[in-house]
Formats: sequence, C-alpha cells, structure tokens
Amino acid sequence: MIHSLFLINASGDIFLEKHWKSVVSRSVCDYFFEAQERASEAENVPPVISTPHHYLLSVYRHKIFFVAVIQTEVPPLFVIEFLHRVVDTFQDYFGICSEVMIKDNVVVVYEVLEEMLDNGFPLATESNILKELIKPPTILRTVVNTITGSTNVGDQLPTGQLSVVPWRRTGVKYTNNEAYFDVIEEIDAIIDKSGSTITAEIQGVIDACVKLTGMPDLTLSFMNPRLLDDVSFHPCVRFKRWESERILSFIPPDGNFRLLSYHVSAQNLVAIPVYVKHNINFRDSSSLGRFEITVGPKQTMGKTIEGVMVTSQMPKGVLNMSLTPSQGTHIFDPVTKLLTWDVGKINPQKLPSLKGSMNLQAGTSKPDENPTINLQFKIQQLAISGLKVNRLDMYGEKYKPFKGIKYMTKAGKFQVRT
Amino acid sequence: MAASPAYGEEKGGSSSLGEPEYGHDPASGGIFASDYKRHDDLKEMLDSNKDSLKLEAMKRIVAMIARGKNASDLFPAVVKNVACKNIEVKKLVYVYLVRYAEEQQDLALLSISTFQRGLKDPNQLIRASALRVLSSIRVPIIVPIMMLAIKEAASDMSPYVRKTAAHAIPKLYSLDSDQKDQLIEVIEKLLADKTTLVAGSVVMAFEEVCPERIDLIHKNYRKLCNLLIDVEEWGQVVIINMLTRYARTQFLSPNQNESLLEESAEKAFYGSEEEDTKDAKAEAASLAKRKPYVMDPDHRLLLRNTKPLLQSRNAAVVMAVAQLYFHLAPKAEVGVIAKALVRLLRSHSEVQYVVLQNVATMSIKRRGMFEPYLKSFYIRSTDPTQIKILKLEVLTNLANETNISTILREFQTYIRSMDKDFVAATIQAIGRCATNIGKVRDTCLNGLVQLLSNRDELVVAESVVVIKKLLQMQPAQHSEIIKHMAKLTDNIQVPMARASILWLIGEYCEHVPKIAPDVLRKMAKSFTNEEDIVKLQVINLAAKLYLTNSKQSKLLTQYVLNLAKYDQNYDIRDRARFIRQLIVPTEKSGALNKYAKKLFLAQKPAPILESSFKDRDHFQLGSLSHLLNAKAVGYQELPDWPDEAPDPSVRNVEVPEWTKCTSREKRKEKVEKPFYSDSEGESGPTESADSEPESDSEESGSSSSSGTSSSSSEEEDEEEEEEGSGEQSEEKEGEEEEEKRKKRKEKGGLRKASPGSAGSEEEEEAEGKKVKKAAGPQGKKGHAETSSEEASASESSSSGSDSGTEAPIVVEAKRRKAIPSSKASPKEISLLDLDDFTPPPPQPVSSSSIISTSLVTDLEGLTLTDTSLAPALLSPAFGAVRTYELLHRMAGEGLSVEYCFSRRPFPGDPHMVAVQIQISNNTDAEVKSLRVSEPKLLAGMRIQEFPEIESLAPGDTASVVMGIDFCDSTQAANFQLCTHTRHFYVSIQPPVGELMAPVFMSENEFRKEQGKLTGMSEITEKLTLPEKCRSDHAIVQQVTSAANVGRVPCGADNEYRFAAKTVTSGSLVLITLEWREGAAAQLTVNSEKMVIGTMLVKDIIQALAQ
Repeated sequence: MIHSLFLINASGDIFLEKHWKSVVSRSVCDYFFEAQERASEAENVPPVISTPHHYLLSVYRHKIFFVAVIQTEVPPLFVIEFLHRVVDTFQDYFGICSEVMIKDNVVVVYEVLEEMLDNGFPLATESNILKELIKPPTILRTVVNTITGSTNVGDQLPTGQLSVVPWRRTGVKYTNNEAYFDVIEEIDAIIDKSGSTITAEIQGVIDACVKLTGMPDLTLSFMNPRLLDDVSFHPCVRFKRWESERILSFIPPDGNFRLLSYHVSAQNLVAIPVYVKHNINFRDSSSLGRFEITVGPKQTMGKTIEGVMVTSQMPKGVLNMSLTPSQGTHIFDPVTKLLTWDVGKINPQKLPSLKGSMNLQAGTSKPDENPTINLQFKIQQLAISGLKVNRLDMYGEKYKPFKGIKYMTKAGKFQVRT
Repeated sequence: MAASPAYGEEKGGSSSLGEPEYGHDPASGGIFASDYKRHDDLKEMLDSNKDSLKLEAMKRIVAMIARGKNASDLFPAVVKNVACKNIEVKKLVYVYLVRYAEEQQDLALLSISTFQRGLKDPNQLIRASALRVLSSIRVPIIVPIMMLAIKEAASDMSPYVRKTAAHAIPKLYSLDSDQKDQLIEVIEKLLADKTTLVAGSVVMAFEEVCPERIDLIHKNYRKLCNLLIDVEEWGQVVIINMLTRYARTQFLSPNQNESLLEESAEKAFYGSEEEDTKDAKAEAASLAKRKPYVMDPDHRLLLRNTKPLLQSRNAAVVMAVAQLYFHLAPKAEVGVIAKALVRLLRSHSEVQYVVLQNVATMSIKRRGMFEPYLKSFYIRSTDPTQIKILKLEVLTNLANETNISTILREFQTYIRSMDKDFVAATIQAIGRCATNIGKVRDTCLNGLVQLLSNRDELVVAESVVVIKKLLQMQPAQHSEIIKHMAKLTDNIQVPMARASILWLIGEYCEHVPKIAPDVLRKMAKSFTNEEDIVKLQVINLAAKLYLTNSKQSKLLTQYVLNLAKYDQNYDIRDRARFIRQLIVPTEKSGALNKYAKKLFLAQKPAPILESSFKDRDHFQLGSLSHLLNAKAVGYQELPDWPDEAPDPSVRNVEVPEWTKCTSREKRKEKVEKPFYSDSEGESGPTESADSEPESDSEESGSSSSSGTSSSSSEEEDEEEEEEGSGEQSEEKEGEEEEEKRKKRKEKGGLRKASPGSAGSEEEEEAEGKKVKKAAGPQGKKGHAETSSEEASASESSSSGSDSGTEAPIVVEAKRRKAIPSSKASPKEISLLDLDDFTPPPPQPVSSSSIISTSLVTDLEGLTLTDTSLAPALLSPAFGAVRTYELLHRMAGEGLSVEYCFSRRPFPGDPHMVAVQIQISNNTDAEVKSLRVSEPKLLAGMRIQEFPEIESLAPGDTASVVMGIDFCDSTQAANFQLCTHTRHFYVSIQPPVGELMAPVFMSENEFRKEQGKLTGMSEITEKLTLPEKCRSDHAIVQQVTSAANVGRVPCGADNEYRFAAKTVTSGSLVLITLEWREGAAAQLTVNSEKMVIGTMLVKDIIQALAQ
C-alpha cells in the first residue's frame, strides 16, 4: 500500500524519508516539486499526483508536506487519512509538529513510523498503543535516560495490541482520578452583503481528557440528544447503545481524545452571535478608498464575546491602509494584502470599530472585487445549539472520579461578504 | 541526543575512543559529512560491550537513514548486534537490517538464525516481531524459510501472530510470486479465522495476492460481514472494498426491477407491487425469465452491517461505505450516505478534495441525494482554488429548475472573486446551467454579455467562449450579441476568445451581413501577428464569407489565403491550400467544389456542455483510478451485476467436524497439553513441516469422511453445539479452542470445512439444499419479505410437517430449512450450518426498521471485542422455534396473527421475553394502525408493545417483536390487538421452556451450582426413551426445542446437561438427563423456582416421549 514517505519543508528540502518496502529514490519527489511550482500556493498542490511509475499522495500541515509514494491502486482517502493520523500522532508525542521538532526527535519519529505501518499497511495507529511501544520524550525522561542510560522503548512488552479494547492501555494508575469533557461548537456561516444569513450550521465536538485508573466504563447522556443530527464516534463508543438509547457508552482511551463529533440538525435556526457593519468603498476617480468596519454582538444569550479577530484579504490594487481602531491592534501586510485586526473582547456599550482610508494604486481603475471579512470569536460557557450533558456515570471501578464539563462556542468558517 | 553526556563519561573510561565529535547531536546536519573516520567511530561504538554506546551509535545511524544518507558500509558492524539484549538497540538494528538487507544479502543471512529462534519464543509478541522482521528482509534466498515461518505462524494460537502472518503474505509474494499457490492456501486458512484482529490483514493479503479468487470468500462472507464492525478501521476499508466487488458478482442488481417497472409503467397503478411484476411477467416474454426481484438476504446483511460504519471517525471508512451503498444499494436507500459525505467536507482540505470528486460523480447520477445539502457546497473565499472548482462542479450538477435562481445568485458573488481561475470556472458553470435549464438561458446569456465589459481580460475571454457555445443553440435571435462581440475584436487579446468571436461571425455571417466583411478586413490586416488558432479561424471566416458574399470579400479572401500559404505553421499552410482548392473554382477542382457551401455552412449541432465527471462511475468510487479518471496499476474492475444470481448456497457454512473423540478425558488431555508444556514452540516446526501433506489429507479426508460412521456424526453434532457456544464466548475460549483445533489437527483426523475441498459429503449436502430450494421458489421469496401468501404458505407447511411428523423443525430466523423427518438421517445434521451463531441474516419477515436495528445490536453482542462486556447470556445455539396462533384467519376477519418465541434477548429490557409476531393481512382492504392496547396483566407483568404498524397492504405480512415480562410464570398475557376498525382480544401464554435464556457454564460451575440446589429445589423423574429418541442428537434436539436452554459440556458419555436462567429473576435452571441402559433414563431439574422446575420436567418428558 504505502511504499514510502517523504517529509518536505517549505523550502523544498526533503528532511526525512522512510521506506516500508524496497527503497524508492527520492528523485520521485521531483514530480511533486513540479506540481508545487505550478500550484503557486501550498494549499493548491493537488493531493494526488500521478507519475509514470508511482502515485504521490500528499497532505500539507504545519508547513510540512507529507508525501506518500504509492505504486498500486489504493483508496486515496485511506492514505490521506493515514497521513493525517501520522501528523496527529506527532503532535500528540511532541506537543507540536514542526520541522525542528521532527529533526530533534528523528529517532523517535522513525521508530513510531516503523510501528505504524507494516509493509505499507497500518499496524498500530492508536496513540495509546504507540505510546506503550515507544514512550514519548519528556524532559524528565530525557534526564533520567541520560543518567541511567535507559531508553525510550518500552521495556515491558506491549500488551495493548492484544487487548480487547485496543485503544486503551492496560494497567493505568492515577492518584487523582478525573474526567473532563469539553463540548466545543463551531458556527460555520456565510453572511451576505446586507447582513442576512446565506448558510449557517453548527458543528460540534466533544473532546475528552480522561485520567482514570483501571478499566472504567463510562456512560454520558444528554438532556436533548435529538439535537444531534449526524454524529461520528471514536471507535470506543458502543454504537448499539447510541442507536437504542441515545447514550454514549464507552471504555475511554487513556488521556486526550475526541469522543464525538456531531452536526446539529439543519432545521434548527442557528443563532448568529455577532454582526459586522461594513462600508468599503473604492472610488473610481481618486486613488483613495474608504474603509470602515464595526463589530457588534447579536444573539449572545447574555455571554460576552471574546477573542474576536477580523481578517480580510484586500484586493491587489490596495497599496496601503491608514486605519484607526477604537480598540485592539491591527496590521496590514502590504505584500500579501492581508488585513488583520485583533479586537479582543466586545463591549456592548462601546462597539469596536476600525476606520480609515486605503491607498490605491494610481492609474489603474478601481478593483471590481470586494474583500470578504473572516471572523473569529469565542464564547465561553455556552453551547450555541443548546446541547446539554445530562450526566456522566462510571461503572466497573470502585473509586469516585472527579468529573467536569465545559462548554464553548467558537466561530468556524465564519465569513461576511461585502 | 539524550545519551550524549552519558557517552562523554564513557569516553573518558575507554582509551581507545578519543575523538571529540562524539558529543554532537546526531540530528544536526554537520555530523553527516561522509567521513570514513566518523563511520569508524560508529563501528567502534557498535563493537563495544556497553549498551549505551551501541544505542548511541544506532541512533546516529538511524538518523542518517532517516535523512536519506547512505549507511550501508556499516552493515557488518550493525548486523553483529542483532542478538543484543537491549530492546531498543535490537529494534534499531531491525530498522537498519530491513533497510539494507537487500543490498547486502550475504551478510543479512547471518541474522536469520536469530529470527528463527525468535519464532519459537514462548511470548507471542516476540514471535510476531521476529516474523515481522524476517518477512521484511528482502533476500530471495530465504524465501523457503519465510514460507515455512508464515505457514507455522498461520496456525499459531495467538491471533496477533496470525495477524502478523497475514501481513507477511504480501511481502513474500512481492519477493517471489512463484509462491502464489502455497500462499493462497495460507490465505484460505486465515480467511477462516474468526478473530477481528486477523480479518482485516488477511483480506488485505487476499487483495494483494489473489483478488481474482472470489471463491475463497464464499464461506467467509457472512462471518466477515458480522465481524466488520469490530475490525480495526484500516481493515474495515479493505474488507468493504473487497465485499463490494464480491457482491457485484454474487447478487442481482437491486435496481433491475425499476427498469422492469418503467417498461410496464402504464400497468402499474394501484395494484400491489406483486401484481405489477406478475403483469410484467405475462407481458414480456423476455422478461419472463426474470423473477421478481428479491434481495438476497446476504446482500441485505452486507448493507445492514456496513451502515453503522458511516458514523466512523475515519474518512476512509465512511467513503468506503458510501461507495458500497452507491454501487450496491437499492436506489431508495442510497440517500443515507449523503449526510455522512457532507460531514467529511468539514475535514482537512485533502479529504475534501477526494470526497468532492466522488460527490461530483454521484451527484450526476443521483442528483436528489445531495439536493438538501446544497448550501454545504457554497464556496468560501478561503477555500483553496481546487476545492472551489470542485464545489462549483457539484453545485452545477445539482442545479435544477427550482434551485437555479439561488445558485445563479450565488454564482454572481463568485464572479467578483479575486481568484481569477475560479472566476473562469464559474463562467463555465453558468454556461452549463444555461444549456441544461432552458428557463434561465436568456438570463444567463444577458449576464455573460455584461461580463464582456469586465475589466479583466480573462473573464471576458472565458465569457466569449461560453457565449459562443450558448449562441450556437439559437443564433437567430442574437444578432445583437454577435455584433457586440464583433466590436470586441479590437480590444480582446486572448487568442481563444478571438478565435471564438471569428468563428461566430463566420458561422452566422448571414445574420450580420454588414459587419462580417469589415471584421475580416481588420483581421487580414493583423493576420501575421495572430496566434495560430486565430489564424485558422480567420481562414475559416474568409472561406465562409467568400461563399456567402463573394462580391465583397473575394479579394480579402485571396489576400488572407496568400498570407497563410507562406505561414510558418504547416497546419495553416495546409488549411489554406485545402480551402483554396475547395472554394475557388478552377478547371482542376473536382466535384467537391459544388458542395463547398454545404461543407462549410452545414448546420452544426450545438455543443453539449457536460460535466467532466460524467461516466466516471464506471470506476469504483473512492478508488485512485476514479480520482485520476485512469486505470491505476492493480485496479480491480468493478464487475457488472450478473443476469442470473449465482447459487447463494455457496455461502452456507458447514460446521467443521471434529475427529471423533468419545471420552472427555481424552479431549481434555489434548487441550491442556500445550498449557503445561512450555515446549509449545518446539512442536511448531514439526507441525508446519507437516502442513503441506496435511492440507492434502484434509482434502482427502473430507472426501472420505462421507464414509465415516453415523455414530461419529452424532458426535460431530455434539461438537457443533459446543462450537456454537464457544464462538460466543470466544474471548475466553478462543485460545483454548484454537489450541484444540490445532492439536486435533495434529492427530491428523481433523476434517476442515475448507471451501476448496469439495468433498462428496459437501456435494451431497449441497444437493440436499438444492432440493429444498427447488421445493419452493416461494420459500425463497418468503425469506425476502415480500409476498405474504407464500411466506405464510411455507410457514404453514412447515408447521404442518411439524405437527405431522413431529420431527424437530428448525424454523430459525435464518435461512435454515426445516428438515423433514424422512431426511433427518444423522448425516443431514451437518446442515445446521454455522448460521447458528452467525447473527441472523435478514429476518424472513421483519420489515420494521426498529427490529432491524435491534438485530444489529444483537449482532454486536455476539461479536468478539464486546464479549467481555456482554452479559453471559447466550442466544440459543440451537433450538426449534414453534409457531403459535394468536388470531385465526376466520376469527380475525381475514387478519391472521401468529407468534413465536424467537429466543433472542429482547433489546432494551433483558427481563422481557421477545415474542415475534407475524401479522398477515388476508383481507382485500388495507389494515391501518395496528397496535396493542389495554393489556390485562397480572401484577408485576409488563409488556412492551411493538411500534404501531401504520398500514398493512392486502396480502402483506408484517413481523414485529414485542417484549413481555412474564414474571417467571406461565400465566397468559392478555391484551387487545386493535386495527383502525376492530379490536380483538388475544392472549399469549408462554410454555415454561420459553421463560428462560441459556447460560454458558463449565462443567465445574454446573456441579457447584447443582450442589447448591438440592432438596426441595431438585425434582427427579424417571422416564423411558422411545426408540427414536435414543441418539445423542435427538435428545439434545428435543430438550432444546422444549426449553430455551444451553448445553453444558459433560464428561460422561451418557449424561446430558443443560443450563439456563429465568428471564425475569435470573434464577438458575439446571437440567441433567442421565441415560441408563436401554430405554431407561432419569431426568433431574434443579431450580429455585419449584413451579418452573416441575413444569419443565413435565414438558421435557413429554417432548422426549413423543
């Protein structure tokens, strides 16, 4: 299946290669570089490239291209999903997945890759199992290893692969038993020029951080499970319980994991918590344009909107902008033409605004396209869909765990057209 | 790296190592300068006897490999450390070895013996990793060793090792494809494996080695379907893709009836579907051969078991299920995948890219499916261009008369985007919408004409091209637009656009007679500076004008042709020469001259603007080939549906028959041996050495075993049962069972149900099945839940034979056939196929979705990974289901209701007995809102009504499940069965045997429990066994048919034990039947519930006495 993997950084250096079958020369990446050149932007490099003898499937994350070399027919998503899983694993291991991090931990990376695929077919992709096989580097362990000369490779034989719950390692022990669940909802919306909603939907996830001793069996129920229209589960969730009782019943993996992602049914009207008033004018005659944005709260259920950030890609004709914000800071990058305004918290009494003028390229006619405004924001302690967790119960273990549930609403792909 | 300071200390200690570079971070680039000295250090470090030094060296070497630097000259130094005690060093050496063994084959051989030793390690993980590395070493010389190791590992007791063996198969195959036949044997063996761990890997091996051997799948089909949900996600993808192909070869198209119905559409009014098909049958002789479509239960099984996987977090799994549904499901059911696919659009852009490609293909064929999700395909300015263009494609495919206005409004915003490639694609999309939907053609055209004044030339050019195509459809009305475009020739520079304008003017020069020659004049002037495509069109324009308006354009044409004659491009020279001969009459010019006008000014068909995704669905969706729209290496074509369904009985699984093994002691000895001897590994090689002849003997054994005595088959039957229970508690028993199997096999007497071995018995059996099939296509139809009459007919006939012959009838909710008593020779017993414990394929009668989901949940209870969590209650391994009448046809005024105890746990409430109710409407009218009401129950009894049946068409049959908590009493549950017009008083009285559910326990547990239940709780009765009840099989059959109990293994030959728990209170019921000499026997029942015990004794005696 997956023949080889090349990691390529932004400047086009292959800084890691791994082969699971016979060795494929790295010259195969020349086809990739060709495509990269053609695509101008990194995100436009086609994920699948056909070359005379191989197929190159790539994903682009953290400014690194992960290029897999394939020789025969295989579902492309299989490879792409696997590559993303690799990135997730690195992130899990090293906190961040960056070129420097990978280079610093090249041996661990190599060992992990070795375990993840056997002859190109995924073998162990659960991070719980992988961590049992190869321990992630921590500062403490590095020090200990230095002194004692012990290693990162688990000295006990990993039994997780044989377990009936392959996602959970065995023999977990904690002094403080705790289980935290974060319900995070994202609003994806497109708002048109006049402020009316073209499309809006809510996507949510429940991320969990479970640190419980032994083999706990958890059930999580909702007050209003009907809200959830389309769900996808972590493999630990028992599908039949969900189907019959709308209860999430599972033996959790140890540590952080995504329990559930869901989509709120389309019938429910989505409350849009913010509005943007904008006035962006390019005048035909002069080389000056007017620019004005105001952000304000709309349906926030009494909560404050935080972490507001406005970004907008200005047309090429804009040379510079001279703006004054009523709060926060703004940057306009004259090369990429990207305007970023970090607003912060919205105070309903004094709405934040950004006003000023744009310098346009002289001589050319006014740009006929209008920039789109992208919005980011956060609302704590609120799940905008109204989803509520009813209760969390634990079976199978005697102790009493500490439980916590947090709600948050964020902007997903939130765009305002102008 | 981490250990480098430690290494610094070492350095001081050992005088031989003096180089200061040691402390360097191996990851920093500088150290990799190809310096021989440096490699010398590494060699020295590897030769030292300090593990930390070795580790440091290996880390540096692996870092070199990772960066693509050559480290092959260290091979001898590294390979020496293959037997190192330190696990991490060992692992890194393995990494090195796998990377360079191919280049240094001779030296690599030095390491082989280490792995061979590892293969015999008592620890399964070490065995697995040894096999993994051994099979990864690509050295052709060791092929025989690998082959041996794989064969051995394939029968290892650890599923993890067997999984590794499955992984090793493609490795060996790629090294030496001559081993194919032997590898197929191993694959066949591993396909029969029942653990989820192995399933994905072995199917992967199957796909790589022998995807064409579809016959290997037959016997494992149902098992794979049932295991699917518990297989790890990557395995799921592979299995689903394989099963898609399999299903395409084995089942009939679920949509074939649609074409059939369409043909006879005019007849299809009001009448039931059945009538339609009957009509169609009568009408078309060619269609007569086609039976009305009934979905094969196995086909349904696949669809049902894959559906939950749409909820997977893994995009590849979701996509695999989606393509399975697209290729296999009836049209009405395909819709379920849309939601899941739309969900994937939230994922990473690479995932979006692939999913959108597939959605684009699907949306052409099944537009309705994605219409509700139209807005999910709206484009955001932050999407990458390739995603935008794909979304545009989908939006265009989804456009229809109702939504076109919103789509066009959306397109209008896209045209103002900054991304010009995307704008161009939008214009083309508008063009396609305009051609497809006549209503908006003028609107689109006007919009596009407005774009002609856009400042961006690319936009204008693209508009011109699209307008040209649109105008071709109705040129007469649009001379204004043509004139407008003629003016554009002064400004527009994009060659394609200029060429399009010229072509338009030439083609419709009669509509713009004044402008056309003028344009030609201008073009003639700039001819030499034009691009080639423009030049060609200038020549065309000149020729057409010459033919229509030669007075004005004769000179111009000649001028242009002269210029073209000396052009640098030979295409243009050729064209000029060709046209001159055609249009300018000379004495030499032939007959064609006369037809020049016809040639040039013929009516040209308007171009059809089509999606580039049209007809891409001949590639399997989700495949690489589909994405590239070209056949990728190793792509397996998706076969067309067969016209005639191949024999479905090939998927019936025959229970492996064990060697005769009469005494428990003997068996036990065999089982336990490996546990006590740690020389298990040593016995391995001998076994694997035997494995080839063994497989031969397996085949011969299977053919000869038809001659084995019938007494052995009794034994077999007993085994079957055990196998059944073993399956469900595989978690506990799996290993042991594997062991058993293995050991038995060693004895050589084992007969395996290998699909390849077409033993005579098997044939006989197949014949038997065919006979039964032939007995009624109706019966088959009944299974597929369509025609009620036939279903009830087969039902009644079976119940008839039940009462008539009193043979044990097995009316399981599966495809199991009733065994007529005449055929109930012991041999036939092997007919009770593995279906026993494979969860039920589609219920013959179930139609409500609630039941089917509950079945799914049942299935899950049976699968392996869940077993530890599932209650120890077992569903009956074996049992006869008797049907009782709830409402007679006469009493019910045409409504007949029957019920049976399906002996399955009632989902939702474990304290309830599941009662399967089958309602047939024999009236002429539709029966509406069938429901249960006003239950009159004794205290404590509870009833869970079935969901109301909205309507039941005449002749239809519905099957529902209700749960009743009888409180462990045989009191009847009374309630009313209501229709929209009538109420019927009915009551269900359970036989005592149905108030319990089987439990699995060991012999010791049984004895222990029995010891607790003596005295008052013990009821003993003597009885005489009639002639025909003197075989083990018959006794077991009768007891299990009388009560829902599970067999408990028993050492003694003439004793039978069964155990169950009452459904409500969970009290144990233990049954012992001791068979003394001759006909005498003694039945003992131990139970807290004395009433139940007494009644049970009575019932069992009655059953046995019959």
